[in-house]
Amino acid sequence: MLETLGLLANGFTVVFEPQNLMLIIAGCALGIFIGAMPGLGSVNGVAILLPLTFLVPPTGAIIFLAAIYYGAMYGGAISSIMLGIPGASTAVATTFDGRPLAKQGMADKALTAAAVASFVGGSISVVLFTFFAPPLAHVALVFGAPEEFALMLLAFATFVGLGGDDLFKTLFSISIGLVLSAVGFDIISGEPRLVLWDITGFLHGINFLILAIGIYGIGEMLWTVEEHRLGGGKSMLSDATVTVKRTLANLRELMTTWKSIVMGSFLGYFVGILPAAGATPGSLMAYGIAKQISKNPEKFGHGALDGVCAPEAANNAASTGSMLPMLTLGIPGSPTTAILLGGMVIWGLEPGPRLFVDHPDFVWGLIASLYAANLFSVLINVAFIPVFIRILKTPFTILAPIIFILCLIGGYAPTQSLHDVWLMVIFGIVGYLMRKLDYPMAPAVLAIVLGPLAEPALRQSLIISDGSFSIFFTRTYSGPIMVAALIFLFLPLIKIVYVKLRKQYA
Amino acid sequence: MSVRTAELLMAMMMGVFSIYLMFKSYELPVGWIEGEGPGGGAWPFWLSLVMLLSCLGIIFNWIRKVGPIATSDKVYVRADVLTEVGAVAISLIVTVALFSIIGIYGSLPLFLIFYVRFLGGHSWMLTSALAIIIPVSIFFFFEVTLKIILPKGYTEPLFIPLYKMFF
Repeated sequence: MLETLGLLANGFTVVFEPQNLMLIIAGCALGIFIGAMPGLGSVNGVAILLPLTFLVPPTGAIIFLAAIYYGAMYGGAISSIMLGIPGASTAVATTFDGRPLAKQGMADKALTAAAVASFVGGSISVVLFTFFAPPLAHVALVFGAPEEFALMLLAFATFVGLGGDDLFKTLFSISIGLVLSAVGFDIISGEPRLVLWDITGFLHGINFLILAIGIYGIGEMLWTVEEHRLGGGKSMLSDATVTVKRTLANLRELMTTWKSIVMGSFLGYFVGILPAAGATPGSLMAYGIAKQISKNPEKFGHGALDGVCAPEAANNAASTGSMLPMLTLGIPGSPTTAILLGGMVIWGLEPGPRLFVDHPDFVWGLIASLYAANLFSVLINVAFIPVFIRILKTPFTILAPIIFILCLIGGYAPTQSLHDVWLMVIFGIVGYLMRKLDYPMAPAVLAIVLGPLAEPALRQSLIISDGSFSIFFTRTYSGPIMVAALIFLFLPLIKIVYVKLRKQYA
Repeated sequence: MSVRTAELLMAMMMGVFSIYLMFKSYELPVGWIEGEGPGGGAWPFWLSLVMLLSCLGIIFNWIRKVGPIATSDKVYVRADVLTEVGAVAISLIVTVALFSIIGIYGSLPLFLIFYVRFLGGHSWMLTSALAIIIPVSIFFFFEVTLKIILPKGYTEPLFIPLYKMFF
């Protein structure tokens, strides 16, 4: 406990270095902007901007990206409330009651509620994170190859069991990501492998950023071009009156929603830890529960303040929660953290529990930066609400080409090969076409990041056991993890059998 | 084309791609190698098989008409959407193709002019401002600060004096 506080204090000394402090503030502001733009969320922002962080050392880079992640959770609420269009999928639940409030002329109340709830959600979850992470990392230190593989299998299994998407499409998405990550060289024998159509560009493999920017940059933007077209290109921006007097009254009224905020924070945090779940389902669940425990559930959907607070607290808490497995186990808890994890590999850090031992400055700097990012996000958000509302008026046809250009250069920068830019454009277009058919994209991105870690873990385990898969079930930690993974994998099947049985005996 | 037809076509295309990946993986040993564990082709081979089986599963559901996509008779891409998304996609492809000929400082302004002026319908004033400011900031951020040399194609010689100034 005391040791943790000491380490956290060290982390703060990292955060208060002027350069890092500036990165946090810039990240928060940029994150709020990205979150507020319809069509862009934390994952898009982090994917597109990761190549820019080669400028600063790894600690600065991850602090900046984590601040974007955080800021985006705040920003998502702005367009949910002002436009009725969620700025990011994580803010979908915020539209349910935030939009009605804005239509009743109480946009400022909804915005304040969202900001405060986000702040409380962020704070509670960061404290939980601070005290959960070190013991978990400590346990994980004894993990060997079999445990690592079991954990990764569990991460993929949660997509199958909890993802809610078509079973076959989820499986397809996971396996194509893993196969694409195998392109290049076989790490053990050193032979070239899967050099597709014998194009030499594939010899250096497929960088995860190429797929991530392709899908979350180009694909997402094409998707937004379509949405924009279908929506007629116009959206109604609500008015917001912000005065000190009104804000104080709003804050007083907010006190009544503390139960929803605290519930949303805890729920979001624990849902966020699961790889397939994360901020979007977390906030939707929080909304549902807030409605159930409310004294007047009939007000939900017509401008209930609890309906804004619960999901906003939950999505911030979930973004912190998703960092827990990323930092301690090397398993990302969300697509955004998958990209952060891939970034750590590029920066030369080996993800996993050893980080706590080998790079305490990095780990504790990041944790401390979450406290700071949370504080700065709420301050920037509340102080500049009118500015962000103005920015929302920027025509899409000006923003879109700028984002496309950032994608193209972001795809070129990591490897400096035009082959990769082509690949990225192809991934973007195919990803867009597949997304229209409800293929889930997050599992593929997670898979291409985890693939290069999962394959050696599996092969090493099998070498240890001389080819027997029983090694995954007989070890203290990997056994239960494997069982959990199998349960998730077979959950869809169990559901089908259960429904059939019930029909038979009903 | 309806969503239902697109679903079948996509599953078939991806199925063929999986078979290709399986063959490609088979170039490396797929079985067990004494002392080395599974061969280098094993991991992608079995996963490509999972891809193929998933595609067959999607086709199976398509035949049984299960799920919202397999039963949807909506238009896959509406004509006006196709024009707009297609224009954006093609302009991106042309831009990247021009990277190796006139370089990014030739192709990005063209892309911006096309998008802002012709797709967006903004004024020439704004268009030209963006077409100048954005490439210049890219030069200073990526090339001067980050030291990432971007592709210039045949325009490379024009940049030699600039390199001398900043490096």
